[in-house]
Amino acid sequence: MSNIPNTRSHVAETLKSRHRSERYFRLLGLAATIFGLAFLSILFVSITMKGYSAFQKTSILLNVSVEAGEALPAINYQGLIKASLRQSFPEVKKRQAKRALYGLVSSGAAYELRAKVIDNPTLIGTTVAIWVTASDDVDMVSKGVIPRGTTPAVRRLSDRQMGWLGVLENEGRVKTGFNWTLFTAGDSREPELAGVAVAMLGSFYSVLVCIVLSFPLGVMTAVYLEEFAPRNRWIEFVEININNLAAVPSIVFGLLGLAVFLNVFNLPRSSPLIGGMVLALMTLPTIVIASRAALKAVPPSVRDAALALGASPVQAVLHHVLPLAMPGTLTGTVIGTARALGETAPLLMIGMVAFIVDLPETILSPATALPVQVFLWADQPERAFGERTAAAILILLVFICSMNLLAVALRRKFEIRW
Amino acid sequence: MSALVLDQMAQAMASNAESRFAASAVTQDASKAKMAAQDLRVQYDGVTALGGVNLDILHNRVTALIGPSGCGKSTFIRCLNRMNDVIAGCTILGTVTLDDENIYAPDQDVVLLRSRVGMVFQKPNPFPKSIYDNVAYGPRIHGLAPDKKGLDAIVNESLSRAGLFEEVRDRLDDSGTSLSGGQQQRLCIARAIAVEPEVILMDEPCSALDPIATARIEELIGELKQRYTIVIVTHSMQQAARVSDKTAFFHLGHIVEEGDTKQIFSNPVDERTRDYVMGRIG
Repeated sequence: MSNIPNTRSHVAETLKSRHRSERYFRLLGLAATIFGLAFLSILFVSITMKGYSAFQKTSILLNVSVEAGEALPAINYQGLIKASLRQSFPEVKKRQAKRALYGLVSSGAAYELRAKVIDNPTLIGTTVAIWVTASDDVDMVSKGVIPRGTTPAVRRLSDRQMGWLGVLENEGRVKTGFNWTLFTAGDSREPELAGVAVAMLGSFYSVLVCIVLSFPLGVMTAVYLEEFAPRNRWIEFVEININNLAAVPSIVFGLLGLAVFLNVFNLPRSSPLIGGMVLALMTLPTIVIASRAALKAVPPSVRDAALALGASPVQAVLHHVLPLAMPGTLTGTVIGTARALGETAPLLMIGMVAFIVDLPETILSPATALPVQVFLWADQPERAFGERTAAAILILLVFICSMNLLAVALRRKFEIRW
Repeated sequence: MSALVLDQMAQAMASNAESRFAASAVTQDASKAKMAAQDLRVQYDGVTALGGVNLDILHNRVTALIGPSGCGKSTFIRCLNRMNDVIAGCTILGTVTLDDENIYAPDQDVVLLRSRVGMVFQKPNPFPKSIYDNVAYGPRIHGLAPDKKGLDAIVNESLSRAGLFEEVRDRLDDSGTSLSGGQQQRLCIARAIAVEPEVILMDEPCSALDPIATARIEELIGELKQRYTIVIVTHSMQQAARVSDKTAFFHLGHIVEEGDTKQIFSNPVDERTRDYVMGRIG
């Protein structure tokens, strides 16, 4: 009894420093959170600033007279475009000057004209007014990404070309619109013609294959190890190695894919199927570990209740334990797949780092993936590829964010409140 | 003080004796052992939990298992439907018979055994599903109902017999976990009897409940023993005295004394039993 006042005075003495350290700890946590958020917003702002202009593109209005009498396949569209440009600026005579003039529009302009004419053959024999894609240098200047006042070496347009551009702008023949090309085209050497469609589709297919392979395999592995496996050295060995697999650098999985899927099984190179299989290898340990944690967290009373009613062990797991573990399992799966979606290194090894123009028709067609596309474009010297790199990163981030939102939605749907 | 307790017990047992008389009128082979343990020994990782237990569990009777914590009564009750099988490192020797068949025989199917010997746990553990699905789960997996209508009938009857139907009839689709503790435990009883077991094991079914819910469950046990053989583990002497016909006192992994509840509580033979039921040890 005699030590009660003693205890009180002891506690009172230390109270001040205890409260102080508590305050410090909270401040520290708050500072760390703010620090992290600040870096995240710097990242987002800088990428958005760099990338937003890539969602716009410049077009030039040309009046092209398509001569009658020629058979449809024989029309020289490139020539028609050039002729139209010469017609707009009749004073240009010299060969070098003409080439500079032709440089205002993209080399893709001829294909745009061709598509329009094939779509509507009655245009033959008339003068066609068509908005064609401007060249990347014109695009950059017109959008103001590169200031007009800079030297010709920086803006990559000569004073003469700037003059022509000025004339076209005064005539209202230059406009900026939404850059659909970015979403409909595959890769191209010309930035203004390049798009992420192949990469998006490739990523989509790969992730699909990855989920279809790794989710059931991972969940079944976890269920077996957690619920049915006997406790012995073999199982322990397997468990340790699954944990080790989660830490293996992703490029090693790429090498494995190259050695096994491509060289032994001779599966098609560069295809999303192989990409997905390699990513599945990489995702599998993540899913197994997350699912096991989720299964472990299910209260044993649920298992007991089912077993005591005469449910077989498999019924108890499938009817009760696994559904309760589903939210955790799904979270693990989405975290794993989101990582797989952003993975470049393993795809390099199996040839998904390719210059691919055509959209992949099946999961066996050659394709590339969004992060690989970012990697490829980041390597290009053209300024216009710089903004497209940032745009591709933005698209990738949107992809990943929507997957995470999906995960949250699924979690909400499957979550069972006690 | 202890004299007062004993007096109360004697009263409780007197009323109990009447209801038992009523029960024995409808049952026939009450004297026959429904289940029996012979020299049952259980070890967890080499540590002995039960060291040679012999006990007969009579047909349509309530058998209470009492004893201090860690004495092996929960281990024993879990042996009766082989729930100890799921515990790693648990070794079981000896025999337990159900209708004279050894449930630990190699050809005994555990699923069949557990459909005949149901269990209610210490903590109410309804599935996080609807009340209906909780009760319907057992009949569903065993295919007891021919159709939806039959299943409805089983669910309603089980809930009625567990004394829960009136309280939940309008909200069968609500989650079983939304009920109060006492209701949850009655839901678990309804779930167990929906399978029509022959024996119901109850492992301290009232230890997480308030006195009113406890009284409701005890009343229910009295009704259920007309149809089922019941084994109940309890820490409450009064409860054992109120609900049971036979009592076995466990101490350190052995049965010290067993017999008619009345005899155990009023005239125990063993010194330890006497001390325990009078509240001196345990």
